[in-house]
Amino acid sequence: MEKLIEQFSFGLFFWQLLLFIAVLLLLRKFAWKPILDAVEDRESGIKDALAAAENAKKEMQNVTADSERLLQEARGEREAMIKEAREMKEKMVSDAKDLAQAEADKMIKQAQLAIESEKKAAVADIKNEVATLSLEIAEKVIKGQFSDKAKQLKLVEEMIGEIKLN
Amino acid sequence: MHGFFETDILSDMQKPFYVKVLLVVTLLLGINAFAQEKDHSSSEEKGSLKSEIKEFIGHHLLDSHDFTLFTIDEENNEHVGFPLPVILWDNGLKVFSSSKFHHGESVAEVDGNYYALYHGKIVKTDAEGTINYDDEHHATNVKPLDFSITKNVVFIFLVAALMLFLFARMAKSYKSSAMPKGVGRLLEPIILYIRDDIAIPNIGKKHYKKYMSYLLTVFFFIWIINLLGLTPLGVNVTNNIAVTFALAILTYLITTFTANKNYWKHIFWMPDVPVFMKIVLAPIELLGTFIKPFSLMIRLYANITAGHVVLMSILGMMFIFKNWIGSPLSFGLAFALSLLELLVAALQAYIFTMLSALYFGSAVEEHHDH
Repeated sequence: MEKLIEQFSFGLFFWQLLLFIAVLLLLRKFAWKPILDAVEDRESGIKDALAAAENAKKEMQNVTADSERLLQEARGEREAMIKEAREMKEKMVSDAKDLAQAEADKMIKQAQLAIESEKKAAVADIKNEVATLSLEIAEKVIKGQFSDKAKQLKLVEEMIGEIKLN
Repeated sequence: MHGFFETDILSDMQKPFYVKVLLVVTLLLGINAFAQEKDHSSSEEKGSLKSEIKEFIGHHLLDSHDFTLFTIDEENNEHVGFPLPVILWDNGLKVFSSSKFHHGESVAEVDGNYYALYHGKIVKTDAEGTINYDDEHHATNVKPLDFSITKNVVFIFLVAALMLFLFARMAKSYKSSAMPKGVGRLLEPIILYIRDDIAIPNIGKKHYKKYMSYLLTVFFFIWIINLLGLTPLGVNVTNNIAVTFALAILTYLITTFTANKNYWKHIFWMPDVPVFMKIVLAPIELLGTFIKPFSLMIRLYANITAGHVVLMSILGMMFIFKNWIGSPLSFGLAFALSLLELLVAALQAYIFTMLSALYFGSAVEEHHDH
């Protein structure tokens, strides 16, 4: 300890203190402050950039989710529309079928009616014809009776047979 | 020959560890025996060599008034180097070149006063250079205030200039790009380390900024000057107690003048202890504030001095052994120790910075309930 105090050089202490404080002040102004500021700026820049990237990522995810949702909606809507169209088509087809059936039924009925009436008319005609023929036959028979009895009978028979055919 | 060495090294590597230890121990014992044998023949010569080495180491550890790189011829006083200015305050400023001392061989005469070098110190003498001693063999000559630009001051200057150059350049490089360029790539991680792992954890995010300049300067100053001490230039600035004292007193002053109320309260009126204890603790705590920077001063001084003494002693052993085993062995030891000293150079800078930060942290610590 005594030797240490003996060795102590005030001059060296003085210069060390002076130079150290001088270099400390100069470095603070020209080196440490600019360096630390630059580093801090860079760090905050990196932090901001990272945060921005994170935000962008989140936004991107949101956008993707949105578009996904929209796509889903659109798909659902399309499906619904197709379904509706199909139903409408089926309905229309079945309606048309029903209508056609009804029309056809009506026409068939009309045709049946027409046929019936035609038939009635034809039967009436035949009846008239038969009556006329009967009258003619009766006339001829009467005329034949008046000439030959046998012939007259035969004729009557024939006539009757003809009538049967009808 | 080449192949032989290779196989030898290979087999050596395959040997278990204890075999190696045994080998080293045997070698050491062998040298010892050999050295003892030699001791009888030339013990006298050896004694003078030992004291010469001791003197050389002692001389190496001291500051000097001239810049001597090495001595060619001790007898004829031939040295390679250059003189440095001597600045004295002895009833007025006296400035002269240290070449007047002729490496301590002669008395320098300035304005009718005579000065001589005595154990690296300048003392006032008469024309013959008489040194007066007291009973305890201490020189009683008047010692004028010595502000000389000594070898160590030159190196402090150089390191200061180097730091200014390096860091101002580094700061400038940030203007052109956000990333460091050149030497800044090496220095920036260190600066960030000091900020993130020394300053912020010890001082806290709120206050660390005002201490950053001091912490960075003190770290790089001690580190660079310690590294320069390991070069063959033979300067060790940090093994001067005056230098470490100057650094420690700065830490003390900064701690004291930036301390808040809480810090003083913990020293003079320790909270949460009985009144009696408060009175007992106050002087202890007050003493503690001085002991802290004192320990900083002694730690740095002692570590660097011890490192240099051991390293140079081992180097000196090379000249004492003077045989084909001892000298390479002491060279190997010196080499390993140099590597260790490289670590110590950085470690002491780290410890000084770390503890300074710790003291600053305690000075600005906010009050919190225990």
